Amino acid sequence: MTPPAATPASGRPPAPGSPPPSAIDLRRVGKVYPGGTRALDGVTCRFEPGEFVSLLGPSGCGKCTVLRIVAGLAAPTTGEVVRGGKAGGGSPGVPMPTELGCVFQEPTLMPWARVWDNVYLPLRLRGVRRRAAQDRVDAALTRVGLADFAGALPRELSGGMKMRVAVARATVARPAVLMLDEPFAALDEITRFRLNDDLLRLWSEQAWTGLFVTHSVFESVYLSSRVIVMSGRPGRVIEEVAVPLPYPRDDATRTSAEYVSLCRHVSDALRRSMAGAGQHGAADAQGGTRDA
Amino acid sequence: MRDAAEASNAAVDAAPVKAAERAERRGHGFQRGLAPFAAPLGVGLVVAGVWEFAVGYWQVPEYLLPPPSAIVETMGAERATLASAWCVTFGAMAVALMAAVLFGVLLAAVFATSRIVELSLFPYAVVLQVTPLVAIAPLLMIWINTPWIVKLVCAWIVAFFPILSNTALGLRAADPGLSDLFRLYRASPWQRARLLLAPSALPYFLAGLRVAVNLALVGAVVAEFVTGAATDHPGLASLVFEGQYAMNVPLTFAALGLISGTGIAMYFATHLLSRWLLGGWHASSLEPDRP
Repeated sequence: MTPPAATPASGRPPAPGSPPPSAIDLRRVGKVYPGGTRALDGVTCRFEPGEFVSLLGPSGCGKCTVLRIVAGLAAPTTGEVVRGGKAGGGSPGVPMPTELGCVFQEPTLMPWARVWDNVYLPLRLRGVRRRAAQDRVDAALTRVGLADFAGALPRELSGGMKMRVAVARATVARPAVLMLDEPFAALDEITRFRLNDDLLRLWSEQAWTGLFVTHSVFESVYLSSRVIVMSGRPGRVIEEVAVPLPYPRDDATRTSAEYVSLCRHVSDALRRSMAGAGQHGAADAQGGTRDA
Repeated sequence: MRDAAEASNAAVDAAPVKAAERAERRGHGFQRGLAPFAAPLGVGLVVAGVWEFAVGYWQVPEYLLPPPSAIVETMGAERATLASAWCVTFGAMAVALMAAVLFGVLLAAVFATSRIVELSLFPYAVVLQVTPLVAIAPLLMIWINTPWIVKLVCAWIVAFFPILSNTALGLRAADPGLSDLFRLYRASPWQRARLLLAPSALPYFLAGLRVAVNLALVGAVVAEFVTGAATDHPGLASLVFEGQYAMNVPLTFAALGLISGTGIAMYFATHLLSRWLLGGWHASSLEPDRP
């Protein structure tokens, strides 16, 4: 499928001090794992600077593989990843030449380190001294509402709080691209709604490009300026749905007729993407629709 | 600046945590503090009481089974001999354990950096572990001919393997998500080793240390038996022999008691070390949440 023309994400001005933006192009990217599993087949899509894109599809469709390839944690078997006119995803283990942040399905915190030290990690790995990082780490914790828990150990936090720490860690270094791999899938709905709002607030403040992987039709439409619907394995881009709902979004957005109509449209696209899939995939797709 | 809604969100999130902390502070005070020491001590006192009573009641001769009071009396009378022997055995154990930790951790680090080195060398480490110590010690006596060094080597051989295998396992047990994160942020090998691999491997290393510390003691004692080092460097095992030959069974029991006591003390020392180093973050250092 031909990717749509570059679209401004939300019309908001870029955040001060943010890295120079550039688009990420996936060109006919295919991925076959060593065991012979074909995860992706000719995935072509483009992520414009500053937009918030959700990748939606059934389990095992390769959404996470797309993120891993963009992050440089996996290499495409065929095709290429281009950023700012330069190919950068062709070598295994070579990260894209950009500042990336990542939030995984699990909070993935260092259990032996205090919350402050967990958030400090990306800066520490870049050689920033503790004292120099103090203000940035404190600000990141304040942004996610955990300033009072800087000295806590991860085991002392609830699931939602751990995920907030993971978001603070991923955004502390002001990344150009923030990848979120089903980060809120294990949380209850109220917590997830709250974290969705927090995420959109961070996005509007920091102007990173958001790549969000999810099973939830509701969540994908609420957060994104564009939803990419993928087929079952091997993953292909079936449809790209533009979400022209204005930002900022809130509870009123969730009950608007346009939002409901977009959710229905995305659900239909997801169902169509599953038409040729097996029983297991169909059951997953139903779950995703029910969730919406 | 955090607004009121966020403050309320954090307060809602924090509520179960604070409640759990209060419950934790209220209960389990005895279990956390005294129970690990008082409970086994109580059992030991009861057993000693029954033992004392039974030996007196059935008038068992001292050369067969001395009463605990006679053993304590011998400990007092022979305290200089026993203390000297304990220093020899404990010294051998401690030096062997330190060498086992040093070489075990170093070799595990080498294994973690090279799979081919691990595949090549690990079987030989297993050979050291599975070959009975009593079978190796005479050979060592022929090759080395210095009993105290033989004793060190014997204790090192048995203590080395748990450290090596556990640490090697721990170095490979780092959270894959965290490993990805370190790759994503292009961490240097040194940063990865210090900030990710070492803390991940620490609980495994400490579990190995807990096994190794007592194996080192057993190794030192067995080596004393095998090498017959009584004349040069009499350790606790030598006193066991001496008591047996002289029909001084209370001395044998006193030496055995010191060996057991040392083992128990070392076990608790490593237990406390684990709790201190793991600082309440690892499940093994946390008290179970039972009513």
